[in-house]
Order: sequence, then C-alpha cells, then structure tokens
Amino acid sequence: MTDATLSFEEAMEKYDPVLGFEVHVELNTKTKMFSSAPNVFGDEPNTNVNEVDLGMPGVLPVVNRTAIESSIKIGLALNCKIAETCRFARKNYFYPDTPKNFQTSQYDEPIAYDGYLDIELSDGTVFRVEIERAHMEEDAGKLTHMGGAAGRIQGADYSLVDYNRSGVPLVEIVTKPIEGAGSRAPELAKAYVAAVREIVKNLGVSDAKMERGNVRCDANVSLRPHGRERFGIRSETKNVNSLRAVEHAVHYEIRRHAAVLESGEPVIQETRHWHEDTRSTTSGRPKSDADDYRYFPEPDLVPIVASREWVEELRATLPEPPAARRKRLQADWGYSDLEFRDVVNAGVMDEIEETIAAGATATVARKWWMGEIVGRAKNADVDPGQLGVAPATIVELNKMVEDGKINNKMASEVLDGVLAGEGTPAEIVEKRGLAVVSDDGPLLEAIDAVLAAQPGVADKIRAGKLQAIGAIVGGVMKATRGQADAGRVKELILERLGVEG
Amino acid sequence: MTENNELIRSSAAALAGKLAAREVTAVEVTQAHLDRIAAVDGKVNAFLHVNTDEALAVAAEVDAIRAAGGAAAEELHALAGVPIAVKDLIVTVGQPTTAGSKILEGWHSPYDATVVKRLRAAKMPILGKTNLDEFAMGSSTEHSAFGPTHNPWDLDRIPGGSGGGSAAAVAAFEAPLALGTDTGGSIRQPGAVTGTVGVKPTYGGVSRYGAIAMASSLDQIGPVSRTVLDSALLHQVIGGHDPHDSTSLPDPLEDLVAAASVGNVHGMKIGIIKELHGEGYQAGVENRFNESLELLKDAGAEIVEVSCPNFKYALGAYYLIMPSEASSNLAKFDGVRFGLRVLPEDGPMTIERVMGATRAAGFGDEVKRRIILGTYALSAGYYDAYYGSAQKVRTLIQRDFDAAFAKADVLISPTAPTTAFKLGEKLNDPLAMYLNDVATIPANMAGVPGLSLPGGLADEDGLPVGVQLLAPARQDARLYRVGAVLESLLEAQWGGPLLDRAPSLTNDAVASHGGSH
Repeated sequence: MTDATLSFEEAMEKYDPVLGFEVHVELNTKTKMFSSAPNVFGDEPNTNVNEVDLGMPGVLPVVNRTAIESSIKIGLALNCKIAETCRFARKNYFYPDTPKNFQTSQYDEPIAYDGYLDIELSDGTVFRVEIERAHMEEDAGKLTHMGGAAGRIQGADYSLVDYNRSGVPLVEIVTKPIEGAGSRAPELAKAYVAAVREIVKNLGVSDAKMERGNVRCDANVSLRPHGRERFGIRSETKNVNSLRAVEHAVHYEIRRHAAVLESGEPVIQETRHWHEDTRSTTSGRPKSDADDYRYFPEPDLVPIVASREWVEELRATLPEPPAARRKRLQADWGYSDLEFRDVVNAGVMDEIEETIAAGATATVARKWWMGEIVGRAKNADVDPGQLGVAPATIVELNKMVEDGKINNKMASEVLDGVLAGEGTPAEIVEKRGLAVVSDDGPLLEAIDAVLAAQPGVADKIRAGKLQAIGAIVGGVMKATRGQADAGRVKELILERLGVEG
Repeated sequence: MTENNELIRSSAAALAGKLAAREVTAVEVTQAHLDRIAAVDGKVNAFLHVNTDEALAVAAEVDAIRAAGGAAAEELHALAGVPIAVKDLIVTVGQPTTAGSKILEGWHSPYDATVVKRLRAAKMPILGKTNLDEFAMGSSTEHSAFGPTHNPWDLDRIPGGSGGGSAAAVAAFEAPLALGTDTGGSIRQPGAVTGTVGVKPTYGGVSRYGAIAMASSLDQIGPVSRTVLDSALLHQVIGGHDPHDSTSLPDPLEDLVAAASVGNVHGMKIGIIKELHGEGYQAGVENRFNESLELLKDAGAEIVEVSCPNFKYALGAYYLIMPSEASSNLAKFDGVRFGLRVLPEDGPMTIERVMGATRAAGFGDEVKRRIILGTYALSAGYYDAYYGSAQKVRTLIQRDFDAAFAKADVLISPTAPTTAFKLGEKLNDPLAMYLNDVATIPANMAGVPGLSLPGGLADEDGLPVGVQLLAPARQDARLYRVGAVLESLLEAQWGGPLLDRAPSLTNDAVASHGGSH
C-alpha cells in the first residue's frame, strides 16, 4: 500500500514543517556501557557477551567511565550544559532484545542539556538548531525475524537474537522542535545529521559510520498551516541510516503529511519505517505519549558526579570545533570559497582530507572527489564516502597518470573497474590493456601520417603558430584510440617539425 | 556420635581453633555436618540442595594443605575448613540456584556471586543451598515453592523468613555458619524466632553481586550464626569493596572480630526506640527485651530513650519501594533465556504469550502480588503519589536515625513483635505477615546495620525472642561490641547458650530419619 503524497512545492505552499531529531551515537569504547564485555561490531553472534549483558539472575551494572567522558565531550561540543550530578533510570518493557526486560537509560536527568549547533546550509546561510539534551543509554540486542514477511516480528516463524550489541554505549542527542526551516527542511535535516556525525568523529568517541549504524537518526516531522503556532501531529521515521536518506525521508514525510491533511484526516502519531528502495515510509507501530515505561531511578547505580574540574579537563582536550576546522582546511588546501563550499555540500571534506593524508595534493584530491566520485555516488544514490573509493586508490591512480602510464580518460575507466570490484588499479590497467602508448615508434608513425594528411597545419606550426598543434594532437589521439600520452605527442610533433616548444 | 555432637555444636570460632591445632580434620568437621543434615533435614527442610562431594573435596584440600605445612598452610584463612550453608538466593557455580521458585528450578548459574568467591578463596566448604520464601518474599519461608522450612524449636512453627532455611540450618546444628540476605528483616527476624544470630550489614558493606535482587536499594547479604563472634568472623570474609557492585562502599572493612572481643559497654549510650516496643509486641518479647536493657545498664551502659516518629510510615513506604523495584528486577524471568518456559495451551504462539504463560506458571502468589503492586505503584500518574512519596518517607526515616544517633551510640529494640507463629497461621493474611517486619524494616530503609541476637525464651510459649541492635551506617563494629557483651551476660544468666534448651531433633519418635551415616 502506498500513501498519497502532495508535491513538495504544493506542501510548502500550504504548510509549515516542524522537525525534530533523535540521533543515536554508538560510542567506540573498548568495553560496554555496564559490563566488561568487548564492544565489538560484527563478530560471531552472542560471543561478545558476559552474564551482565545476558541479564542473568544476580548481575549488577557498573558504569563505563570512558563512556561518561565521551558523553561529556559530546555535550560540550554541542554547546550543552553538563549536569553536576545525574542518574540512570530503568525503562521497563518486555521485549526479547532487552535481556533484563528493562533498558538502563537516562531519563529526566540527562548528562548534557540546553545546547545548540549552528548548521551551515549550501548557500552559506547559518541555521541554529537547539539541542534539548544528550543522554546516555545502552543499546539493545539485534533481532532477526525468520520467515514471515518483511523481516518483521509479526508473522515470523521464529526469531534469532544476537546480544553482542546488547549493552553497547549510546548517546542520544535530542533536538528541540526546529521551526522556521520552511522548504529548506530536507536540506537542514541532512546538514544537521552530517554535522553531528562530523562532531563525534572528530572527537574520536565514535567510529561514526552510518552504514554500520554507529550514527542512527530518528526524524520527527509535523506540519501546521502557515501562521499557526500549535504544532501538528508528528510522525517519527526510525533508523534513517544515511545522510541522503535523512534528506529524502523528511522530504517524503512532508509530502505525505500534506496529503493526509489535505484529505481532512488527522495525521496518526506513529513510528514510520524508511524504505531506501522506494524512498518512502510505511506505518510502524502507533506511538502515543501515554506509553508507560514505568521509569524509576536505577537503584543498582550511584549518581554520576561530574565535577567542574573534570569537565574543564575534558573541555581542554576537545579538538577544534568544526567551523574552525573548516577555516583551517580551506586555508591549507588553498580552495576558493566557492570550491570549498562545493566540497562541504557534496559531503566529501573528510574524504579529501584523508586523500591528502594518503599522499595526494589538495588539487588532485579535489579533482578526483568532485570531478569523478561525487557524480558516480549521485548516480548510485549513496553518500560519496560510502561508494567504496579508498584514498590510496586515488593516490595510485594519480601516480599512474603523472608517470604517464595512463591518461585521465583511462584513469576514470580504471576507477569504474575498481568500483566494479575488478581489482587494484594496476591489475585493471593490465587486464583491460589500458597502457598509454609510450613507445615513440608507433607514435611517430601516427604523427607522420597525420602531418602528411594536413600539410597546411604543419606549415602553420613551422611558422610559429603553435596553437595549431591541437589539430595534429587530436588526429594522433584518434589514430591511437586515445592510448597516447598527449604531452609526449606534442613534444614529438614539435621535434618532427624542428620547432622549439 | 558423641564426637560428632561436639563438632556440630561447636561455634565456627571453636572449630577454627580445633582445625588450626589439628585436633580434627576439615573432612571430619564437614562430614559431621553432612551427617547431621542427613539425620534431621527430613524434618527441618532447611536445605534445597546438599553439596556433599564439593564440600568434602574442599575440606580434603584444606586438610592436605595443612598436613603439608609450610607457607601454604600458614596462609590458610582462619575459617578454612569451617563449613557453611548458602541461602539459595545467592548464585553458585556447580550447584543449582532456585531462589525458592519454580521459575528457576534446575537452573545453574554460570558465575559465582562475589561472596561465594570469597568463601571459596577462604576454602570454606559449602554444605549446600538453604530454603527461603520465593525470591525472598515472605517472613515465614512458607512461600517457598519447595515446601516450608520448620522451626527446630517446634517443627509446627515457622522459622521466620525469608531466610528461614539458613536460620534453621544453624539452629538445628546442620551448619555452624550460613549466608542470608536481608531486604526488610530476612536475616534478623529468622534469627530472632530460631534463637540464632543474624546481621544485616551497612548497605554497601557486602557486595550484592550474585544475590538475585528483590529490591536493589534495600537488599544486603549478611552472616547467620549461633554466636556474635562467629558472625563477625564471617562478616570479615564476605565484606569489603567489590568493583562489580557500584553501590559497594569503598571503605576498608573495620576489624569486627576485635570489636566482638572488646568485652565492655562502659559509657556507651544505648537508645530505646520509643516506637518499636510496647503496643503490638507480645508480653514475653517485651519482658525479655526489658531484661536485656537491665543487663546492659548493670554493665555500665547508659540507657536513653529516643523517638523516631516517622518509623510508623516505614512499613507502608517499604511496601511501595520494595515491590516497585521487585517488579522491575523480576522482569528478566520470562522463559526466553533461562529457567522455566511454559507454552500457552491454546491460541497464538507469540513471545508475549509465552512470557505470560511462563510467569503465570512459574511465580507463586506472593511474588505475583508484589509484582502487581510494584507495577501499579510505578505507573504513570501514580508514580509521584506512591513511589515518590515513599522515597520522601525514606528520607524522613534517615533523619529520624540521624537524630537518634546524635543521642545514642547504638539503638535497641525487639527484633520481631512476636515469637514464631504456627505454620499456616498467617498464610492467608498478607498484612499480618508483613507486620512481622515492622521493627526490622527501618534499618533497610535507611541503610544502617542491624544485628539480632537471642534474648531468651518467652514466658507464654517458651520460644526464642530476638533483641535487635542498630548502629549508624559504617559503624557495624558497634553492633558486634555491644552484641558480644549482651550475649555473654545473657549466657551467664542462662548457664550456657540458649540453643542448649532447644529440643533434640534425633531422640524423639521420628528416629527413622536420624542416625549418622
């Protein structure tokens, strides 16, 4: 069943969107939030667990100090206040991904609160997003529903549970309602999540890989008629796990809500599931504010006391803020304002930095990411960083070009081969027979033939009109089917005609 | 048999001395207790599991180390080879742990509780696991899914609860020592009604890691014994900081054995709590309590009266906080990962219905009663009125204690309002059952330590009466100092330990259960 939607333009004409985000950040601590089991992704199921993660009778939690430090750092980077003391609570609900049948989470006493993040949009506009809170909690196990439809628990024959993820430390960052974004709402959504991801990555507190679920976004959307103060009823689209998907999900929900409201029906308060393939959402479970989790303070843990000295010590270790970092990188790389903004908007600043670190110049790195990779990512509908291009690949390709082994056109072809999984650039050059013709013999033969065919042009060059050489180079490249090094061809032509270059 | 009798009636301290002097072997001591269990436990039902092989193996190891001599023998803990029983709420590798519930029947823990690790480090043979009210919820041990424990003083009466198994085992000379847990009196009240000693340490004084939680903010593991000194010895084995328990105190343990050996109460101020005696307390209990006060006064203590006006709200607040925490702590028993799993008889086979069927079949009525009560008290819209108000009462009780301890070094009261009642007498009257803990609950609510010791036999029924001592948090040593003095004054009056007057369990008509094996 597909929901009706209005066009985005029509939706914007009639309604004003209000957004809200809950971003879960998985911390990269060595051990779990409350146990000494390793915090490692992707191992054999149920191996990175101990009795605490399995909720065996008699166990008790112990808070991971590093996780608290990471949470305070995140709070500080989000311009939050840090609570002097705060507690964990129990969120009680029966579900087999939570071995204790309650989740230990902060509730009314978050470690960080009242912050903000300034988000720069593509045209340079700065939009301030207010942060309500950043609180600590533990992740649940991973359920896999077998049989039945769509991997849901309803109708499944049986379910498998992997508790490796159970107890992984999370920080949940919750915004205040974001008003006034208007038609920029989808763009703001993407830029906000990108900014949070950038912060936690720079802090070194998370691996920050969205495709691995290190950063997960729940996007809340509601619409209200222009001019009305009261918010509309919201939907919460869960686990939107790429930057592009965040943008698309907000875009879609705005269009869907608008169609519901236009039909005179109320929007249902519910969670929505995001489907990357159809770029649409489907109904999840109804969510009402009356869900009763019977929260109460976790009696097995003592309050966390964050002394001001400790907070200041942590503040002193913070890396430079993203805005300052951008300024520095732009200066280091020598990009113009426009060039740099394009890089940021394309979401490849980190990738360019890594590529430069791997040995490329700033110009080469930008040429590859902006000229080759961003376009391919767009076609593949993924974030550029997720396309699978390693910085080392770019460095290798560029070296081949500089060494004259291949030309730019071939390099682009080799990149396609790399992305198609055909092997390393060197292997692909070999397999596809893409070497530049560097033996002067065949080149001279081709040059002589082209010069003979265009004697007038040859005369012009002899007479010093060097710009005419393009026609001869073009002819040679055509004759060699592009496999010649254009620079070398030029040299040989001049040599042949006895002209100083 | 005579020698066996001597071994089983010895205190842990005396056994430790005999073992160190190599007058007896740890195997002989352990075997004597296993024989006693075989002889009398059919009548008492203190044990849910007897750990014969492992206990004897540990005892043999101690004997071998001692026989070899040298540094290893020197380093043996004073209580090495002294056997102990463990309440079946505390998890043990190699033995089942049931919590007295069908829902855990047959379950084996993959890890040891911290206190059990400490018993093993001290090489104390573990005789087995003792009976309790299901998940420690009760004051009579009648709520055990595996049948009630019987009071060795009168087999028709309750041994107290929830730790009736540990108290009865020690009172019946089946073990010189036992571990208990005390959430609202589950160590002290069974101690009172069985004529034994039981101590609830300061909250955080003993690690809770591996004690199946009822109410996390109230639970505390503690020693059960026949003498005050023995409790001090055991307390020193199990106490001290544990990094696995965040609520465990970082302080180094005081020398409790030294405190039990001070031998005087000169100049100490002992406060009678006005609200914890008089009306509602059995006359025989009141009489024995007053005699203890006289003895302490004669020994040079100053008796003062203190008032703790908010104690009258303690029971009500306790019955909100305890079930609230229990409702959450017991959520993990759902048939998904361990223990009993019951499938619904008809209808769809969903996870919720399997959980429901398991919990319906696995939990007894008292457990269900408390889960329902706690779930209700934590519900949105009721939280502030119930859980929130109860926490405020808790603060008021702590303030009452602060004020009382400004006037007195130690407080004193009867441990329980009555002597042991008949099995079945209060089973269908939960409120009457709850009232047994009226004098013990305030200590849990405030986290302060408490000790119960035998105060004599009530005139009207000849059954044991308990005297409770309470001290400020982290001042457990005061309990041992005053408790040991009072114990020696009372025993001098009685001409020996109170338990000498308990009926023999082997010389009567049911001799078919008895005899040594």
